[in-house]
Amino acid sequence: MAARTAQRWGKWLVSGPPLLYLVVFFAVPSLIMVLASFRTPGEFGGLAPLRDADGNLDLNLESYARFVTEPLYWEIFLKSFWYALLTTLICLVMAYPLAVLIARSDRKYRDLLLLLVILPFWSNFLIRVYAWMIILGPNAAFARAVNATLALFGIEPVSLLFSAFAVLVCLVYVHLPFMVLPLYANLEKHDQTLLDAAQDLGANAWQRFWRITFPLSLPGVYAGSALVFIPAFGIFAIPDILGGPNDSLIGNVIKQQFLETRDWPFGSVLSIVLTVCALAIAGIAAWVGQRGVRRLATGDA
Amino acid sequence: MALLEIANVTRRFGDFVAVDGVSLAIEAGEFFTLLGPSGCGKTTLLRMIAGFDLPDAGRILLDGEDLADRPPEARPVRTVFQSYALFPHMTVQGNVAFPLKMAKTPAAEAAVKIAEALADVRLTGFNNRFPNELSGGQRQRVAIARALVTHPTVLLLDEPLAALDAKLREEMQIELINMQKEVGITFVYVTHDQTEALALSHRIAVMNRGKVEQVDPPDQLYGYPKTRFVAEFIGTCNLLTGPVTDAAPGVVSVNVSDLGAVKVVAVPSHPRGSDAAIALRPEKVRLSAPGNAPHSDNRFAGVVTGFLYQGDVTVYMVRAAQGHAMEALLANSGSGLAKFFEVGDAVEMSWPADAGHFIPA
Repeated sequence: MAARTAQRWGKWLVSGPPLLYLVVFFAVPSLIMVLASFRTPGEFGGLAPLRDADGNLDLNLESYARFVTEPLYWEIFLKSFWYALLTTLICLVMAYPLAVLIARSDRKYRDLLLLLVILPFWSNFLIRVYAWMIILGPNAAFARAVNATLALFGIEPVSLLFSAFAVLVCLVYVHLPFMVLPLYANLEKHDQTLLDAAQDLGANAWQRFWRITFPLSLPGVYAGSALVFIPAFGIFAIPDILGGPNDSLIGNVIKQQFLETRDWPFGSVLSIVLTVCALAIAGIAAWVGQRGVRRLATGDA
Repeated sequence: MALLEIANVTRRFGDFVAVDGVSLAIEAGEFFTLLGPSGCGKTTLLRMIAGFDLPDAGRILLDGEDLADRPPEARPVRTVFQSYALFPHMTVQGNVAFPLKMAKTPAAEAAVKIAEALADVRLTGFNNRFPNELSGGQRQRVAIARALVTHPTVLLLDEPLAALDAKLREEMQIELINMQKEVGITFVYVTHDQTEALALSHRIAVMNRGKVEQVDPPDQLYGYPKTRFVAEFIGTCNLLTGPVTDAAPGVVSVNVSDLGAVKVVAVPSHPRGSDAAIALRPEKVRLSAPGNAPHSDNRFAGVVTGFLYQGDVTVYMVRAAQGHAMEALLANSGSGLAKFFEVGDAVEMSWPADAGHFIPA
């Protein structure tokens, strides 16, 4: 009995601190935000007192009503969704061959290659974003080469910086490692004999990839896509620094509501909608993926 | 002409010669086994037949056609892998359908073939199970069904029973024999387990260090090993070595150190002074109380140093008077408790001249 009690205490001792951390720094703030979304904005920003002059509880749906009735915010949400989706797809297409290459390379080079993938994390995120300002700047070799090429076809020079292009390039750059790592972790575990067996049973290189490697890598594809899509959906720093005036994403709007307009209830509403959207999209993707796996499994694909 | 012809095939990995000038001719409908210790080159040879590896020299011909330019997916050869290599994301149906899909078999025809293949391995009704929902024996059978469903010319099996427990292995051995008889496809089977090889095969090629030592049916291999390696690898064996001292027509004497002169039938007769070995199976050695030995050709006194009681038989370790360690096997076929000798008992070993098998050096 004593041993079992000790075991139970031990379990709490180990899982307690991280649990406490999540409650204090994730669950409680989320609840505060949900509560804030129902309150009235303060006269000079922030929140109005919870109880009005008559002592009644001041909770309402006005901020939600504003969100539903103003199409501008829907459009920004949709735009953010497309940016995040495009970022995820480009990351996937770029990361997959890289992950395969690392997973199939000689064991002694693998650690080095992985190190190269995570090397950018060693410098500050903002510095890396600012670096793109230089790379894409009008006087950099890259921009000059692009404009020289365009000139050959008689097209006016374009500004690469402060554009949707710059935002997208940097979104892909920043998130690429988050796609490579889960894909690598999955591909590295694949059993080479399965590919031998598929080849033995008549599958050519493309069929071996499409029927064996790819379906078995789907858990890695989902994990990587979620790790790229969700942060890309809510990002604000990259459009702030590299985007033009029309490249504001939902993350910028939320930041604006809290720090500049100081309409906390409306900022909370946008933030909640963003969270719910991200969760819903991740859920739908997982569900669709599961169905896809099952279809492949029964051999109907 | 043989169905599968392996002509002077050599494969090197750096300085290591994995397969060294191997030539074999495997007939249609044969259950042919490559037997040898690990590292003898049997799996490398199998991989070259499947196409996963290419010979550095020599040719592999199937039905007279050189396979060199055909990648694995274009060879009418299928492999059953040691780990089964079932596709974990596909059901039994999906796995068995895979080669048919690759061959673009029409759906109706494929359905019939899948049903037949699953019936052949007694797995009808398991279509929608996933590999991780099957036992080891069932997975094994799915792997075989998947390999046989397109009716290949040759089926290659790479230690397919190694992962099964002893009881199941015996069952699967019988099933494999029946299956091979039914489908009539040529089986090339790789194993390091000599009892398995003896039980299953029509013919066995014993390999050692990349070379084929002997190719023969199981009983020939066991009764008449051509080399010392084969004698010792197949079953247990008392290997008696020494120079030939007396070469009378038909019967020679070999002077075995620590034992004495041993008479053995040798056709053709061998010159005096040449080195030789006699392979003498433990079950051919008779043990009896001193003075009661039934055979007169070879008779040696000894002392029992130990025994292994195995139920049906008992293996006795005997040290000859001059020191040679011998093994003798006695069947416990008498009624009641069978126990013939105790450790320390003086015994006499005897065997006729035709019991041992003469191996020239």
